Amino acid sequence: MHTKSLSELSTALHNGDITSVALTQHYLDRIKQYNGELNAYITICEESALAQATDADTQFKAGTAGPLTGIPLAHKDIFCTQGVRTSCGSKMLDNFIAPYNATVVEKLNTAGMVLLGKTNMDEFAMGSSNETSFYGAVSNPWDTDRVPGGSSGGSAAAVAAQLAPIATGTDTGGSIRQPAALCNLTGLKPTYGRISRYGMIAFASSLDQAGPMARSAEDAAMLMQAMAGFDERDSTSVDHPVPDYTTDLNTPLDGLTIGLPTEYFDAGLDPAVNDTIQAAIKQYETLGATIKEISLPNTKLAVPTYYVVAPAECSTNLSRMDGVRFGHRCEDPVDLEDLYTRSRGEGFGEEVKRRIMTGTYALSAGYYDAYYLKAQQCRRLIRDDFVAAFKQVDVIMGPTSPTTAFKAGEKTDDPVAMYLADIYTISTNLAGLPGMSIPAGFVDGLPVGLQIIGNYFDEARLLNVAHRYQQVTDWHQQAPDAFAG
Amino acid sequence: MEWEVVIGLEIHAQLATKSKIFSGASTQYGAQPNTQACAVDLGFPGVLPVLNQEAVKMAIKFGLAVGAELTPRSVFERKNYFYPDLPKGYQISQFELPVVGKGELTIELEDGTEKVIGITRAHLEEDAGKSMHGNFGGHTGVDLNRAGTPLLEIVSEPDMSSAKEAVAYMKKIHALVRYIDICDGNMQEGSFRCDANVSVRSMGQKELGTRAELKNINSFRNVERGINVEVERQIELLEEGGTVVQETRLYDADKNETRSMRSKEEANDYRYFPDPDLLPLVLEESMIESIRRSLPELPNAKRDRFVQEFKLSDYDATVLTSTRELADYYESALKQAKPSDPKLCANWVTGTLSAALNKADLDITESPVDAAKFAGLLSRIGDNTISGNIAKKVFEALWHGEGDSADTIIEAQGLKQVTDAGAIEAIVDEVIAKCPDQVADYRGGKEQIIGFLVGQVMQASKGKANPAQVNEVLRKKLTS
Repeated sequence: MHTKSLSELSTALHNGDITSVALTQHYLDRIKQYNGELNAYITICEESALAQATDADTQFKAGTAGPLTGIPLAHKDIFCTQGVRTSCGSKMLDNFIAPYNATVVEKLNTAGMVLLGKTNMDEFAMGSSNETSFYGAVSNPWDTDRVPGGSSGGSAAAVAAQLAPIATGTDTGGSIRQPAALCNLTGLKPTYGRISRYGMIAFASSLDQAGPMARSAEDAAMLMQAMAGFDERDSTSVDHPVPDYTTDLNTPLDGLTIGLPTEYFDAGLDPAVNDTIQAAIKQYETLGATIKEISLPNTKLAVPTYYVVAPAECSTNLSRMDGVRFGHRCEDPVDLEDLYTRSRGEGFGEEVKRRIMTGTYALSAGYYDAYYLKAQQCRRLIRDDFVAAFKQVDVIMGPTSPTTAFKAGEKTDDPVAMYLADIYTISTNLAGLPGMSIPAGFVDGLPVGLQIIGNYFDEARLLNVAHRYQQVTDWHQQAPDAFAG
Repeated sequence: MEWEVVIGLEIHAQLATKSKIFSGASTQYGAQPNTQACAVDLGFPGVLPVLNQEAVKMAIKFGLAVGAELTPRSVFERKNYFYPDLPKGYQISQFELPVVGKGELTIELEDGTEKVIGITRAHLEEDAGKSMHGNFGGHTGVDLNRAGTPLLEIVSEPDMSSAKEAVAYMKKIHALVRYIDICDGNMQEGSFRCDANVSVRSMGQKELGTRAELKNINSFRNVERGINVEVERQIELLEEGGTVVQETRLYDADKNETRSMRSKEEANDYRYFPDPDLLPLVLEESMIESIRRSLPELPNAKRDRFVQEFKLSDYDATVLTSTRELADYYESALKQAKPSDPKLCANWVTGTLSAALNKADLDITESPVDAAKFAGLLSRIGDNTISGNIAKKVFEALWHGEGDSADTIIEAQGLKQVTDAGAIEAIVDEVIAKCPDQVADYRGGKEQIIGFLVGQVMQASKGKANPAQVNEVLRKKLTS
């Protein structure tokens, strides 16, 4: 049951071949069996999931079911879910029961989906290995000694190990695409503003974007359909028509121009990963695409720019975690200062503190111009590179991550090495562009992700480009043996 | 040494929107603590602000009313600091690019001259909640009902040179925001409050002296007293050879003194930066134009019109247009009175009516005598049914609700003025007969005695005789 695609599951549910309750129970059983090993879920919603599944089954009987009705999913624990703990991977919110639903949660509830549980993640989405979580590290199902990537590592591990047919993630600098690459998934980070951020706990507001993490482009398209759209509760969401993401999936790629930025194939790229990417690009040529070498000259600015902008925004986004109204509060504060310093000192982990301090510094009087303002200028240059590139090409391709999944603990003592894991994904967030990662092969049994970057609101084209490749390859159908049974 | 005082004001006007500036929660005053704070106001994880367009319209209204430049693309920024009544750990405000730019306002000084006060800017921001140090078992209570209430912070140039000027300016802004209906002006409830930047310098000195900022003064009287006591403090300090330090001070009205709250060194670094949750605020020309067309007549324009159209004195026109409600009352009464006599109406509004309102500590909108009843009274004065003195009695009766119109009171109490020539002549004859000495004096050339005789006639008629007629008949009879 757990090897089926979303559309197969949908058909089976509509035909009455399976019930949503049975399907949900099957996934809950798998979670019980494997989650101990993977630590992909922080919270499992067994009771409410079965209740939602029961509702879904009555909808099938009533004939009111839609394409996603009755299909289980997992939400990254960054999305507020009413009545369910929403921890964001932090001790700070370990006791936080969200009083409302995020727009994404509400939309997928309305679509009839069944929430299996909330997935593990780097604390407040800050990390590239899922090792900064208060709830412990997540293991990569392809090699449990290795990291699944981050920050949506729990969602990635859950879908890769088939503990959920599909999951939501969020991507601020690569947090959907990099774990998707490291776990052999199809992950889509949409255009900034395409999906509402309301109820998604903010890391860096101008960069955060939610998206689907799936086992195929077709599955991703189905979830994307239900997630996308303008939300009047999010001023940065864009009132732009939502196309049907599934209709153009099969459009042939003849005449498609693919740009390969020289900067994405630099010395930092693992040669074996490069070979895998080159093979995938060859495959695209056989599908009718033309390859063009391009340059994104300001790529080198992306990591330093990101590590000013993102910490600056997060340093103030996290100010509300002050121990006053919700979340962790220290024992017996002697005064206000003590309440703040101990609650925050105890509630936040090391990486979060590092970023709050970096960001606070960057915004301080006397440093603002040199850091924050300069970073905004660099951000514009990076965006302009892409605008110029998309005058010549339809999509841009390259590696998602410079390496395959690294060993747990390998980079935890070296934040800069960890930051470089996102070197190819960060630019798209700074530019607000949509980007995908799709399975492109394996190196030493570990998945390699191909990144596809599109123009603004060109998600349908990205999904089409991904889907055509998945029609002639089976990388995306590979699943880790240890969790197959 | 001669000292010159320099004052600038930062006025916080609470905008009269129904809901908060970034959420749908109500702004109603006086509700149970924390019952008007939604997830957005509470700063819960994941919530996002959405700008209330009504607040924007009100800011534009203000900008237009003070002839200010409006910023086509203004920006909301985060002002970062920790305090329990500031749920997000930052206040959303405007910093570098405020919605309203440079404007100006003319104030009238006590000597009748005018002075133009520059307005530096006005920006939109959200209010914080309230910390309550009451009976909470050693804890501090936090009420977030007020958190997110829209404020327009109006910053003046340091153009005022006395506490009186500062109060005149503050009153003018107070009247203006109520004129254009963007703030209820209720100072007790904190809807209108101000910070005063006060400094002194030796007369003729170019550079400004070091300023102190007096925080959160919420009455005209305290603005005047607070500034005066702070000016005295600074002058005394300087004359003793000391220096003024830049700091925030609190005015304690009970002790009539100011004291330091925090110095510049202790001041927060607010780490302002554009709020990434909000798009820049873009003002469309068409929206500005439609607001411009909907603006009511502004105080100065109304005053000029009152002078021109009603031939009132500058003084009367200024008093009558000091608030929109008073001006509306005046115009409404004038329109309904038959005959319509602008000067008579002005005298009665600024005189008898205002005195009664003052005595009872009532606002014009709370007057027991509404404009229609008032017009009824004016009509009877105008058509000589009653004299001015009798009219005061009728007004008293109306004020105390002894009749629902001037006419019914006049009728019921038999106050109708006697204009019948025969009746007046009879009383005059009576008085002449009763007062032979005074009559002889008059005839002997002591003309001012006529006042006494008129008084006698009026008394005999119980005030109902028409005084002008009495005067005329008396003179005729005495010289014949």
